[in-house]
Amino acid sequence: MAGRSFSGTLRRGLTFWRRSVQARVVASTVLMSALVVSVVGWFLLQQTRDGLVDAKVDRAVAEAVTDVNDARSRLASIPGTDDDAAAQLQQLVEPMIGRAGSRGVSVVLAGPVGAEPLDLDSSGVRYSEGLDLGSVPESLLRHFDSSLDQAWAFTRIEYVEPDGRASVPGVAVGSTVQLPADGEYYALFLLFPMDQEQDTLDLVTRALFAAGGLLLVLVAGLTWVVTRQVVSPIRMARRTAERLAAGHLEERMWVRGDDDLARLATSFNQMASGLQRQIRQLEELSRLQRRFTSDVSHELRTPLTTVRMAGDVLHDARDSFDPGTARAAELLQTELDRFEGLLSDLLEISRFDAGAAVLDVDDVNLVDVAHRVVEMSTPVARQRGVTLRVTALSEPVLAEADSRRVERIVRNLVNNAIDHADGRPVEVIVHGDEHASAVAVRDHGVGLAPGEAAVAFNRFWRADPARARSSGGTGLGLSISLEDTHLHGGWLQAWGVRGEGSQFRLTLPRRAGMPLRHSPIPLVPSDVERRS
Amino acid sequence: MTQGIDSLGRVLVIDDDAPLAEMLTIVLRQEGFESQVCGRGDQAVAAFRDYKPDLVLLDLMLPGKDGIDVCKEIRSTSGVPIVMLTAKSDTIDVVVGLESGADDYVVKPFKPKELVARIRARIRRLEHPVQESLTIGDLAIDVAGHAVTRDGVQINLTPLEFDLLVCLARKPWQVFTREVLLEQVWGYRHAADTRLVNVHVQRLRSKIEHDPENPEVVVTVRGVGYKAGASKLPA
Repeated sequence: MAGRSFSGTLRRGLTFWRRSVQARVVASTVLMSALVVSVVGWFLLQQTRDGLVDAKVDRAVAEAVTDVNDARSRLASIPGTDDDAAAQLQQLVEPMIGRAGSRGVSVVLAGPVGAEPLDLDSSGVRYSEGLDLGSVPESLLRHFDSSLDQAWAFTRIEYVEPDGRASVPGVAVGSTVQLPADGEYYALFLLFPMDQEQDTLDLVTRALFAAGGLLLVLVAGLTWVVTRQVVSPIRMARRTAERLAAGHLEERMWVRGDDDLARLATSFNQMASGLQRQIRQLEELSRLQRRFTSDVSHELRTPLTTVRMAGDVLHDARDSFDPGTARAAELLQTELDRFEGLLSDLLEISRFDAGAAVLDVDDVNLVDVAHRVVEMSTPVARQRGVTLRVTALSEPVLAEADSRRVERIVRNLVNNAIDHADGRPVEVIVHGDEHASAVAVRDHGVGLAPGEAAVAFNRFWRADPARARSSGGTGLGLSISLEDTHLHGGWLQAWGVRGEGSQFRLTLPRRAGMPLRHSPIPLVPSDVERRS
Repeated sequence: MTQGIDSLGRVLVIDDDAPLAEMLTIVLRQEGFESQVCGRGDQAVAAFRDYKPDLVLLDLMLPGKDGIDVCKEIRSTSGVPIVMLTAKSDTIDVVVGLESGADDYVVKPFKPKELVARIRARIRRLEHPVQESLTIGDLAIDVAGHAVTRDGVQINLTPLEFDLLVCLARKPWQVFTREVLLEQVWGYRHAADTRLVNVHVQRLRSKIEHDPENPEVVVTVRGVGYKAGASKLPA
């Protein structure tokens, strides 16, 4: 549960990141600023620390020199008769510890040096109370094995438990003094704590962190404000574009000022106005086209009706004419049929072109449609010596479609097949499943040459220009069928091989508006596929 | 009646296209109908009153007055069958024409035989009155008297609406598809425009149903067609 909500949050965050230019700009600016601020801060801190430490070391060494010189002069003022070395050391060290202790400095006296390596664990060592002798660095101890010169080293000054003081970094300065009592050199270590310097450094560090943090916040804020100024007009442009795309053609952007963004808005608005004008023009054209179609339909149909009726009267009376006139009446009749078919096909096509075709959807049983079409086409087929056969299951194959249009498609396919069947049988196959329903019309005639399957639906296209169209086709049938199919969201496809015949397949979605993924009937007939 | 003995009926042709109107009269005469032509919409109603036709052929685009208005006016006073002649087969034009009261329509260019078949189908029903009483829903139908009554109150129906109701009432157990109704009521051989049926069923319902939104007399059977509602009158 928690994991899911976390991943959900993560996904939302990622989406926001991907979508928001502002977030990305702010984040990257802050990241880069943080990098620069860190480098600068680190450099500053380094410089400050070096300066503080150098000054401290200088001061410590100077103080040590003074103290040791003091001690030397005190030793020199002691009368030479006294040869008790332990007492002399005591006299030497006690005032030093006292004076140094008041400044927070610790003192260690050890020796003698030279004879054997210095060892702070031996009993003769004298030192400030509370000091942990491990605070004197080993390297400094070893220095005096071979030299009597002054030396210094960084160390960490530790204190023994009961005292309770925390350890601090410090500087240890070592010098040697000669004791008059035995003439030996003793090592004198002064340990200067650097707690004040540490405090200063801490202060500077805190100040730097605070300043860096504030700077980052400032940078983030600035970037946010600046990108917002740039991004919000872009977002507005996006919203406006979306509304334009959704059909609100009056939508415009707000133009404010005279800067780049205002110019973007102006150009955007000009584009929108241009689009609107174009669309209006097209709409006007389409309206005119529809008006024209409807006018032509009325103007042409009324005289055609009169001619048609006159032709019919003549045709009915042809028995009383001489043979030539009688034949003329027959020709008039058949050509009127053809003219009528051509006119209604042309009007249908122009209706599609004007986008004025509307679907009248209902459940249609394609098996019924196939039987009806075959029954109506049988007389024509018989004249051409073609037998028609329907192959379908006994149960209905349903599709939500416009029955008038579907019947017209199937009729066109069957008539087309009869035209090209060369007297061989034509088969109408109906099949369907829960997603799609299909009708295929198979003929075994001339077939199609390679590439012809794609152009077979073109207006006025003929497979063979020399071929007669005796079933009265207008050359627009397949084009209209294709338009009808597209209106349903279906497929109309052709397959054909020279000498093998052809197959035209209509596939309709079972439910209107459902996308098609497959057809229940293969485009290439199964008998052909087996052979190849 | 001034009708000649050999005449099958009188047809009023309302069309402004003179050649077509003349051709129509020629064809109608050949088929045994008497006819008269009226070329203007604003004179059509007067011509109708004078001529008292058995059927009206009405063009939709007329000078003087629109064919739709003429159709409404004739229908408001008479149930005489009206067949529209239209050049537009688009759904909206046809439906508007049918809703204004036309019984049937023919799209130009039509074949004369087709037109004559429609005219015969609309006039034929006048020929054989049969003594028959039917009930449908809470309505009583006297077929010969051409009367539909509810609780003794007569409801005025056009001949076509009456035929439609009688067709359904004669076989109350049967569901009629739109195609079958087209064949039996309109006399179509091949399935044609089922919008005819839809529009007329709506018109019929608006006259006979208590609530046309929830019909009880003419019931829709989804995906099939229509059937008569259960009879609520004592047999």
